[in-house]
Amino acid sequence: MRMKSFAFIRPPDSAVAIAAQAESPTAQQGASVRFLAGGTTLVDLMKLNVEGPDKVVDINRLPLDQIESLPDGCLKIGATVRNSALANHPAVLRDYPVLSQAILQGASAQLRNRATTAGNLLQRTRCIYFRDTAMPCNKREPGTGCAAIHGHNRNLAILGTSEHCIANNPSDMCVAMAALEAVIHVTGPKGVRAIPFAEFHLLPGETPHQETVIQPGDLITHVTLPPPVPGNKSLYLKLRDRASYEFALASAAVVLTVAGGRITRARVAMGGIGVKPWRTREVEAALEEQPATETTYQRAAEMAVQGARPQSENAFKIELAKRCLIHALKLAAQPA
Amino acid sequence: MAAEPLTSPKIVGKARPRVDGPLKVTGRAMYSSDHHFPGMLYAVPVSATIANGKIEKIDTATAEKMPGVRAIYHQGNIGKLFRVSVSFGDLSMIDETRPPFEDDVIRYYGQYVALAVADTFEQAGAAADAVKVTYRREEPNVERELGVERLAGVRKKGGSKPEHLESPKVQSERGDPEPAFEKAAVTLDATYLLPAETHNPIELHATVAVWDGTGFTLYDTTQAVVNARNVLAQMLGVPKENMRVISKFLGSGFGGKLWPWTHCALAAAAARQLNLPVKLVINRRSMFQCVGHRPLIQQRVRLSATQEGKLTSLRHEYVNHTSMLDDYEESCGEGTPHMYSVPNLRVTSALARRNVGTPTSMRGPGAVPGLYATESAMNELADLLKMDPVQLRLANEPEIDEGTKLPFSSRHLRECLTTGAEKFGWARRTPAVGSMKQDGLTLGWGMASCTWIAKRFGCTARVELRDDGTAAVSTATQDIGTGTYTVLAQITAEKLQIPVEKIEVILGDSNLPEGPVSGGSMATASVIPAVMAAAGKAAESLLGVAAKAPGSPFAGSKPDGLAFQDGKVQAKGGGEGVPFGEILKKAKMRGVSGQGSSDGNFLDPKPQFSSHSFGAHFVEVTWQPETVRLRINRVLTVIDAGRIVNPLAGRNQIEGAVVMGVGMTLFEQTQYEHGTGAPINSNLADYIMAVNADVPKLDVIFLDYPDLHLNEFGARGIGEIGLAGISAAITSAIHHATGFRARKLPVTIEDLLGAPAQA
Repeated sequence: MRMKSFAFIRPPDSAVAIAAQAESPTAQQGASVRFLAGGTTLVDLMKLNVEGPDKVVDINRLPLDQIESLPDGCLKIGATVRNSALANHPAVLRDYPVLSQAILQGASAQLRNRATTAGNLLQRTRCIYFRDTAMPCNKREPGTGCAAIHGHNRNLAILGTSEHCIANNPSDMCVAMAALEAVIHVTGPKGVRAIPFAEFHLLPGETPHQETVIQPGDLITHVTLPPPVPGNKSLYLKLRDRASYEFALASAAVVLTVAGGRITRARVAMGGIGVKPWRTREVEAALEEQPATETTYQRAAEMAVQGARPQSENAFKIELAKRCLIHALKLAAQPA
Repeated sequence: MAAEPLTSPKIVGKARPRVDGPLKVTGRAMYSSDHHFPGMLYAVPVSATIANGKIEKIDTATAEKMPGVRAIYHQGNIGKLFRVSVSFGDLSMIDETRPPFEDDVIRYYGQYVALAVADTFEQAGAAADAVKVTYRREEPNVERELGVERLAGVRKKGGSKPEHLESPKVQSERGDPEPAFEKAAVTLDATYLLPAETHNPIELHATVAVWDGTGFTLYDTTQAVVNARNVLAQMLGVPKENMRVISKFLGSGFGGKLWPWTHCALAAAAARQLNLPVKLVINRRSMFQCVGHRPLIQQRVRLSATQEGKLTSLRHEYVNHTSMLDDYEESCGEGTPHMYSVPNLRVTSALARRNVGTPTSMRGPGAVPGLYATESAMNELADLLKMDPVQLRLANEPEIDEGTKLPFSSRHLRECLTTGAEKFGWARRTPAVGSMKQDGLTLGWGMASCTWIAKRFGCTARVELRDDGTAAVSTATQDIGTGTYTVLAQITAEKLQIPVEKIEVILGDSNLPEGPVSGGSMATASVIPAVMAAAGKAAESLLGVAAKAPGSPFAGSKPDGLAFQDGKVQAKGGGEGVPFGEILKKAKMRGVSGQGSSDGNFLDPKPQFSSHSFGAHFVEVTWQPETVRLRINRVLTVIDAGRIVNPLAGRNQIEGAVVMGVGMTLFEQTQYEHGTGAPINSNLADYIMAVNADVPKLDVIFLDYPDLHLNEFGARGIGEIGLAGISAAITSAIHHATGFRARKLPVTIEDLLGAPAQA
């Protein structure tokens, strides 16, 4: 583990930070300038020589670390709000328990104390081949090939993959945010824009090194969560080998409103199985206006894994993901 | 001060917190890589990225010109490194016998091919990355199928030679198992697979090498300073007087740090060439490649029994993978011949060669994997017989060790089983799969027995009585985190009858009198006789001083008219005792010391007794098929390991071993990738181990019968036995809960998905 030398700057304001990063030809893999927030992904990958920026821009002192309730009922979460602060915030615990649960089932207490909201949105895959520079990887070095397809792929994706990349997105927080229909707010050289969560992450296709719509100079300033839906129940269920400190083999974030035994509104996202936090409107449509019964959940679960392309070691994730979703829906639909 | 057995000690046997605890929790304990020296350089190895082939070219031109770089070493310039005369008796043990860079052949992935040395760690790392190595690559063999079935024809006399296997051996044989098996009422033939496992102590292997012009001082993460000195002196070609190895604190080793690995010699060679101290700490990935592992093992167990559950035959055949150059044998059959009464038995073994690093001992080598197979087979047999597994074991309890025909020095397995069953509530177990429920979860209960060898290594110790009323005990053993400092303080305090707080324990330095390796669960049993003798001799010397020194209140007495009692000298006839510190002060002496030695009996060719520890594990798992969630809920372990010197440290050893067993059974496996031959999950996120949240409710019961054939206190070892048998107990509980019969470890979610969705 070693790092090459790099310049380190602490910009006085967002404008300087944005200008500094905009010098990089890309904001994706291979960026020559990187923002540093919690550093739990970036520093790790720099030690592994997977990331090698010439310049690191520390944004921890920018005023982006607040959580506030907005007049329109949305919750605004600053980019550098620590995962532990977000998970334990009273408004999150009250209105968005799925988000709190997802964060608290990820990583360890020490990592959550460092990791940030924006950093977690940009969390990189844990694919072994991506993290080992002795191995080929299209995501790390485009055109070198994907060693995972015929290699150790137990943990990797079954949905959204391409022949160039089967890496999965390891974030728990993102799965909850997908189900909550969060909006990501970015300030870039050309001004501000709001990106719906579903449009933030990209499919690998032929360009697995392009992971998000973030462009050079784009600084994530905050995330907003829509006002909580009255009467909804939300939860996060994560399945993994050991009881703690492991990435999901399959996980489900569900936000459910049930009235008189019928599901009136459903938002569902899944983790561990997709190349990005996996949410489809079809699964939600299969639940909405249906009775809150096992049959409904079964049908939604079948739909959730439709089109799955298992690899040599991860076909079990199809059945595991189904059981995960069915159980999460069952728990969410239970009368309090 | 005769060496009679002490049957009612006052300090030994009492729970005591670690005497080195304050040093550790305040960060003052100096681990090997904590040592720094002026001008010290950093070394980073370059690791092969193929598992089989040859180095065609090493291009160091770029690396050599990088900032801070002092040298790039490789086959061409490392200098002479010698092979070692490997011997257990002489404590010159090494598993990877080839010195680093000896030839240009790559035999396993990650093998060191060069070493970058620079002023800083970062510079050395950057230089290591800049070394360009060109290989001629050949297909590596990391095949998991080992072919244990080929051992079926191996006999002591007139057997066949198995194809594609090496070193076939009959380890133990009695009676005639084949006909007994053929005509038995109930038989079982099962093959069990254990993956390679990596030790993964949190402290990485490290060597800080200091060269003074004629000799070396190595601060090394070793479980055996004397062995490391002997081996590295040979490898570096210096007299062993010119090699000093220091290991004051160890962030555990689990066997992986018993014998030196290639990086030790590299650090030392670099320090000598550059005439500056060199620090080499290997990285986590190298921990999976270059410093040993428990090998992949395939075991076949064939049992036969009468309808009543009396064993009529037992065959145990096993093959472990080993590296291309070294014959590491995992002695899985170590416990098989003495565990149960069975007239017809054969234990057979062989090796299969693979492109992997050389395997080594991992906590409970042999017995841990062996008992997973044989105890699992006993549980499967019990199910076939529709017999309670505890009863099956009780029905086959032997009178003597039927393998060696020797009496047991002390065996209380029967009581382990009955006590464990009672405390666990075993009588409430209903045998049908999935039949026990609690709080909406299915329960599974399982059990297994365990055993571990009880022997002693040789040891010499010195005890010094000092004028300030303290005493020091020293020997060249080391504390690998198990509590050796504390146990030695207790033993010395017991003998001198002074408070533990007055004892200084000095360990972990090969310049001290030779002490045992921290391995085989034998350190405690080994040091007791030597320390007792040394303390006795120190007290004798003191009596001599008391009788002769002009200022002594006892001047003019005869030494044998004086006695050493409760840290004081007194006349045998009675009268006021004088603390030994006072005597020394009056005699104007700093201290008196005595040295004591004891022989080992580990290699004794004609032992009088079969000496082993025993135990039984009882396990409860919870099972939720809806989410494929299996968790280990509670484990109760009963251990018969002689007298427990420190029940607090002892409990900690058993509990830690059980938690390691949770990892072994459910999570741990080093996966060699076909194609590259790389141990592919070589990091702590992808090599899954038990974490705190996986720790079940743990109960440990010690039977505490002193085994006085072994030493004065009757203390045997406890470092390893807790891991023996636990996997068979857990997998039988899993079967009881889920119906899934695990014949390979770890038991994964994939395995359990196939279990009936509703029990």
